[in-house]
Amino acid sequence: MGQLLLGAHLIHPNKKRRGIELVNLTLGYERRPAVHHLNGTIAPGTALAVCGPNGAGKSTLLKALAGLLTPIGGRIDYDSPDPRAIAYLPQLIEIDRSFPIDVKDFIALGALRRIGLFGGLTAGECDGVERAIHRVGLSGLEHRPIATLSGGQMQRVLFARLIMQNEPVILLDEPFGAIDEATTEHLLNLIVQWCAEGRIVITVLHDLELARRVFAQTLLLARHCIAWGSTQEVLTKENLQKARAMSEAYDADARECLLDEAIVHDH
Amino acid sequence: MKRSSMITDVFIAPFVEYEFMRRALVGSVALAMSGAPLGVFLILRRMSLAGDALSHAILPGAAVGYLIAGLSLPAMTLGGLIAGLIIAFATGLAARFTTLREDASLAAFYLVSLSLGVTLVSMRGSNVDLLHILFGSVIGLDNSALFMLVGVSTFTLLALALFYRAFVIDTLDPIFLRQTTRISAIVPFLFLALVVLNLVAGFHALGTLMAVGLIMLPAAAARLWSSQLVVVLPLAAAIGVVSAYAGLVFSNETGAPTGPAIILIAGICYFASLFFGRAGGILRLRRPSSHLEG
Repeated sequence: MGQLLLGAHLIHPNKKRRGIELVNLTLGYERRPAVHHLNGTIAPGTALAVCGPNGAGKSTLLKALAGLLTPIGGRIDYDSPDPRAIAYLPQLIEIDRSFPIDVKDFIALGALRRIGLFGGLTAGECDGVERAIHRVGLSGLEHRPIATLSGGQMQRVLFARLIMQNEPVILLDEPFGAIDEATTEHLLNLIVQWCAEGRIVITVLHDLELARRVFAQTLLLARHCIAWGSTQEVLTKENLQKARAMSEAYDADARECLLDEAIVHDH
Repeated sequence: MKRSSMITDVFIAPFVEYEFMRRALVGSVALAMSGAPLGVFLILRRMSLAGDALSHAILPGAAVGYLIAGLSLPAMTLGGLIAGLIIAFATGLAARFTTLREDASLAAFYLVSLSLGVTLVSMRGSNVDLLHILFGSVIGLDNSALFMLVGVSTFTLLALALFYRAFVIDTLDPIFLRQTTRISAIVPFLFLALVVLNLVAGFHALGTLMAVGLIMLPAAAARLWSSQLVVVLPLAAAIGVVSAYAGLVFSNETGAPTGPAIILIAGICYFASLFFGRAGGILRLRRPSSHLEG
């Protein structure tokens, strides 16, 4: 598995970009912060795992990186002429699986940023769709409606769309949640290839073993950054305990706030 | 020979003999062709009842137009259009900036709107006028009403063709649209505006209550026959057109009011699809060999 390890140390020939830089980044909904004062750099070719307990702000961070959430404080520096040059895969539930569309058309959506809402799908893009379908191992299912796919097959379809998007930054929010081992391995290989191509792949993960095996870098998040660096150094017992303790402390806080409200209501 | 002439008498002669029947046919067919595809998108967006709500929301606008100018098509249309767009827009804003979800806001807005409309109409008009607004009269379509129906239909179909990809992605995976394009924020409003436009055009022909029927029923029926959008959309339009024609024939034969007759025929198509539909009908789903959407 040694050759699977990739990270910031991997120097890509056309590496002139700085990648993504987070400067004192604070994120939240309404006025309630979910991620505090995050600082760090993600170089091109990095496979970064984002780990942490539930409610740690992992998905919030990904949303902000995808440009779907404006930071409360600080900023995200991304040295790209187009801030939309990011492929983002939210958790599976956000897509309407009952929509009448087949696998091929769904994957072709990945070309949207190149052809626009009004342009036609060129022959070259169609070939790209075919190749993407082949790469995720779904050949033969081109014309199946997405409603008939299994969870694993749907996740492969979504990865094929990421291939079609062909962006330098790829954000994955718990892509292996309910996926069997064979599919997970197949998709992990894609992540490794993407990094080898010099792309940044940022993945929210719950499976720490996966993080250790494939992701060279890890950000351990519990609303604050607990640790950020090489996976081996970040995912230590002490750090993980610290993350758990911090999230429990937040839960306790939240309970107290609720109690306060209840008391105010009673009187 | 005698039998064929009977068929001609029932199915063709009324349209040859009476101009008002021809006008009714053109108007309702135009409405069916653009309304039914919109209905398909409403169903896919899980907003089947939004069409109903918006159709009620149009009433006070039409009533204000009526109070100002009497039974004048341009005034009532403009009023209805403004009221419908305001409600659609306000609902979207309320959903975005308050904790209430879109359906709750829509329900609240349309109930108030409907009450306001009925109050306004009853302040001056008679009940006959109210019935006219609520149930329309496809038989009484004059030139300007007909031009409006056909114009709205044409415009809607062109807009649907142009923004087809945007509407599909906004329904299927709105986050993807938001993340990859710049115009994603206006897409839902644009869609609702088309719905309002069709409802306003339809309320003169079929009335506010019935226009939504010609939008939703053929769409629901078509969805039960195919899981491919490129099939569902024209199929819905076709079912709508057949319903309009058959409804007019039925109305002519029995003397039933035209609007309800058209909707009843569309309803029969829907119930038949419920049983026999190849993509989700009762008979299909009960067959143990099928393995459709889990």
